[in-house]
Amino acid sequence: MTSLDVRGDLWIGDAALIRNLALEIPARRWSCLLGPSGVGKSTIARLVAGLPGTQHLRGRLQTGDGVPLTGRVALLAQSGQLMPWADAVQNVTIGARLRGARPDRSRARALLEQVGLAGLAHRRPSELSGGQRQRVALARVLIEDAPVVVLDEPFSALDTATRLAMQDLAAKLLKGRTVILITHDPLEALRLSDRAWLLGPDGSEMLSLPDGFTPRDFRAPALLAAQAALLARLTGKVACAG
Amino acid sequence: MRWLNAAPLRALLALAVALSIWQVVVWLTDVPHFILPSPIRVGEALWVNAALLAEHARFTATNLLVGMAAGVALGVATALNLALSPVARLMLRPMLIFAQAVPVFALAPILTLWLGYGGTSKIVIVMLVIYFPVTSAFFDGLMRLPAPLVDLAHQMRATPLRRLFLLQVPNALPALISGLRLAIVYAPFAVIIGEWVGSSRGLGYLMLMSNGRGQTDLMFAALSVLAAMSLLLFATLEKLVSPAP
Repeated sequence: MTSLDVRGDLWIGDAALIRNLALEIPARRWSCLLGPSGVGKSTIARLVAGLPGTQHLRGRLQTGDGVPLTGRVALLAQSGQLMPWADAVQNVTIGARLRGARPDRSRARALLEQVGLAGLAHRRPSELSGGQRQRVALARVLIEDAPVVVLDEPFSALDTATRLAMQDLAAKLLKGRTVILITHDPLEALRLSDRAWLLGPDGSEMLSLPDGFTPRDFRAPALLAAQAALLARLTGKVACAG
Repeated sequence: MRWLNAAPLRALLALAVALSIWQVVVWLTDVPHFILPSPIRVGEALWVNAALLAEHARFTATNLLVGMAAGVALGVATALNLALSPVARLMLRPMLIFAQAVPVFALAPILTLWLGYGGTSKIVIVMLVIYFPVTSAFFDGLMRLPAPLVDLAHQMRATPLRRLFLLQVPNALPALISGLRLAIVYAPFAVIIGEWVGSSRGLGYLMLMSNGRGQTDLMFAALSVLAAMSLLLFATLEKLVSPAP
């Protein structure tokens, strides 16, 4: 478990996306990057996860323990990255098989039970709902047991009730890891974050968060007030930009 | 009319309708049987020449199957190599495209000259004809790994070989099956053309001979055996791939 320090300008190809990023991501906590579509949130996810692409940081990406991030990041993307031809257990164990290690099928089954998919271990993605598919992807993140977890809009495609349930589940199961949650949903950011930034082309601005432990109750007045204030700011920004 | 929904029944019905129309046309026009034999006459020819047809069909079917197996194996191996090695792609791809521009059927005479009148020349023609559709369909499928799965391979630090067999090959299976469907269409063409160019056996040879001798009913009988063979190949492939999604 490590902290992360991301500082500098984020570029994709020869275009600057975000200038003056300053993200001090604490170890073992949930950090949230909130921002509108197209601002470059997912590019940060790809940068941290070390995925191929033309993104690069003119600045520095440092880990608290000085060890490079390579191989220490698990990613859960909106698409889930599931193989349509494989069942849930095979999808969860694909990491081990791709690395040539022995897949731990019994642990995969146990994790699938933990994410609430008991009895569905042999279903293929097409036989699962959107929420169930993301649960499989979550089980895969858990089996990888990485100290840093990047969640790139993991619940964006889900209906509201399923999304809230998945937020609670992810908060419970990923506790103690360094989590970077990327979202455009203010409520999600306010419920799950220990630290949160609002991203724009000119930089990252730290947000003030309601008190209390995460996942915060979505009915709590303080949370709702914070959401209202944040929404007002966001709509104001869009109106100005438009 | 619910029973009409069963595909084999519908096929049989369509066949029966076509044969009836054929029969009626022959009756009404009174066309000489050496120009167009009636289906009944063809049926008789099938019955009377069953042993002869079976012998020639065996020769054709053997060449067809061996040629297809060789073509598919070679095509799959080529596609896997191309997918795995950028150097191979650089070297082989232009050659493949160039080779594809040559109509392989046109090579049948020279292949017969090189390899003789026996089965080998037919096997090689079938192999060459189906090699390209199988290779290019499978290769395209291998290279079209969806972006999220490309990311997955990266994230999990997959070796190229494991990425190929665990992600790219399963992803390319539907494409390979399309290639095999094409192969099944082309392969009977190829084997018959091989026999037309030079052979003393096989259904293609039999068709050519009986046609020349005015035994049109035997020609049609051989043709129907060939059609049955193609249908059997199709049915086998569909049966094999049906459990996969």
